[in-house]
Amino acid sequence: MGVVGVGKMGLSHLAIVRALQDVELVGVVDATDYLLDILNKYTGASTFSTLEKMLDEAQPDAILIATPTGSHASLVREALEHGVHVFCEKPLTLSAAESAELTALAAERGLVAQVGYHNRFIATFQEVKRLLDADAIGRVTHVLAEAYGPVVLKPKGSTWRSRRNSGGGCLYDYAAHPLDLVHWYLGAPQNVRGSVLNSIFSADTDDEVYSTLDYADGVSVQLSVNWSDESYRKMSTSITVSGSQGRIVADRQEIRVYLREGADIPDGYRAGWNIKYTTDLTAPVSFYLRGEEYSAQLESFVGAVLAGEKEARQNSFASAAQTDRVIEWILRDAAGETTEPSAAVTPLTSQRRGLFGRGKRA
Amino acid sequence: MSGRIETGMDLLLLGDNQFFGINHMSEEKARAQAIRFQDTDAIIDVIDIALDNGIRTLMCTTHERIAEVTDHVRANPERYADYRFYPCMPYAHKYANAVTDHGMLGAVRQFLPEEGLLNAALRGGKSLMNKDIEGIITLLVDAEMKMFQGLNTPVIFLQNVVVDLMLGLGFDEAFAIFDRHVRERYGAEPGFITMNLPMLLDALDRVGVVNPIVCANINEIGFRMSGGIEAYETALRERPFRPVAMSVFASGAIAPQRALEWIHDHANVESIVFGASSRASIASTKNIVRELWGTDHIH
Repeated sequence: MGVVGVGKMGLSHLAIVRALQDVELVGVVDATDYLLDILNKYTGASTFSTLEKMLDEAQPDAILIATPTGSHASLVREALEHGVHVFCEKPLTLSAAESAELTALAAERGLVAQVGYHNRFIATFQEVKRLLDADAIGRVTHVLAEAYGPVVLKPKGSTWRSRRNSGGGCLYDYAAHPLDLVHWYLGAPQNVRGSVLNSIFSADTDDEVYSTLDYADGVSVQLSVNWSDESYRKMSTSITVSGSQGRIVADRQEIRVYLREGADIPDGYRAGWNIKYTTDLTAPVSFYLRGEEYSAQLESFVGAVLAGEKEARQNSFASAAQTDRVIEWILRDAAGETTEPSAAVTPLTSQRRGLFGRGKRA
Repeated sequence: MSGRIETGMDLLLLGDNQFFGINHMSEEKARAQAIRFQDTDAIIDVIDIALDNGIRTLMCTTHERIAEVTDHVRANPERYADYRFYPCMPYAHKYANAVTDHGMLGAVRQFLPEEGLLNAALRGGKSLMNKDIEGIITLLVDAEMKMFQGLNTPVIFLQNVVVDLMLGLGFDEAFAIFDRHVRERYGAEPGFITMNLPMLLDALDRVGVVNPIVCANINEIGFRMSGGIEAYETALRERPFRPVAMSVFASGAIAPQRALEWIHDHANVESIVFGASSRASIASTKNIVRELWGTDHIH
């Protein structure tokens, strides 16, 4: 396996890849020579200045891409065209159309193509999925999807994360995570409205994102995300699902479930409040770095490749492309453009903004 | 001992996760603790209660607020005459945030006390020489140690995020560099915190770090014991190292009495680091430990 991009996420992925059983690291690609030098000298990794060289010389069966999002599309395409399985960091690309093309290409070649939405490998969020599949809280009526954390806390920053055109910003970096969970639980929405992309500190991108996602039968999702919130020690993603028979509140550490008397109560639950912790729910991984989910997602990817499977077991390109599509809708909606599926919603959007005075401030 | 520094560690060490809103089980609990400890006086109160219970070691991250604690300790030398800090470095969020702001090398540059060394190597795009990397690691350690100046720091730990990152990358030499620097510069013993104990012991063996102090999760439910609870039990029985158990209560998932009984019966640990924040829980932990290990064994 090869790793492309050894920034903050890439380095952590690289460590996990090397530690995985049944995986041999054949090459590391990055644009920074000195990082490559250090890795080569101290860890013995073979290093390459371009993906092309690594594909030719090291011939990996699979690669992991952890470069700035703006460069994903061309790297993913190059790898897939070489018949190489791809694990790509999130979001997949900056264009829903491009993500859809890459999804088709991976399917056509029968390659395992997975995106790093690691929340789906967190036990509490998996438990939410299990409960929803079992209709534990009856008919779902509303979801509150949130993420807060301390990423941009001053009007400074000189990396790609501070520029939207390279994939920086709260929407791509933070909001993508709760959006992905919402897709996992509810599928794709029909449209979005009331979207606000606001800057708190960043000059070239958004620091907070709010939006409403509409589903059939009046089901709605409220998205509330802010990466300039220092009151959170680190990124904190949470999901609250309201249903006709109860409510679920989950974050990465615990899941609290209220079930009404008479609800279809699953095994291990009771009417009233139920609280389960990650300490009880989480399955061990072979190597731990920063969270079980980072290893678990790669174990899943490698497992599918080794078993000769033709698609990812979780977080396929197809599902990530859906998230990319909704990200695009939110961008357009916030800019006052009509979202694709139902033009009729647009006037409502601006009216609501007026009512609540939440328009984008200069 | 051929000149090798080796100090005994107390059986009970006070940890500091609870002071900084870190709880691996509940974010709500973590937030409540963050609110309770937002004034450093509240932290010092807990340290004092622990000290009155015979617990004279604080195993702490190099969080900037610990600098306020160390100021207080320096200002009251009589009260804390026998007190010892086990610094755990680096406080990783500080670096992670800097990487987000400035990129990987920009972050390193930010935390180095002097720029010359790194810049000389980087500006010309030259490759880094061995001594440069060693220099960077040791300068970063020195920057983190500043807040402990003049205080007793007999053991200095490398945090698990860094240990496990280096371990995964196969950057074994980093452990040897840390080991050398901590012994030579601080006359202290190096310690390593990990979530991957069996794998780390192999890496430390490879670079000749002998009988290392290693702090790892050790608990009955196998919480964050990567490599598996059996591999941990085997390592604890058969490998020469000085174990410090953390997460013995698995962030509250296991009741103290039961958790400590299990440690006593299953793991021959030298120390236990625990994060209590109330007088009652500190006293009760001490009493359980006294009961299980005997009266003289808090230190």
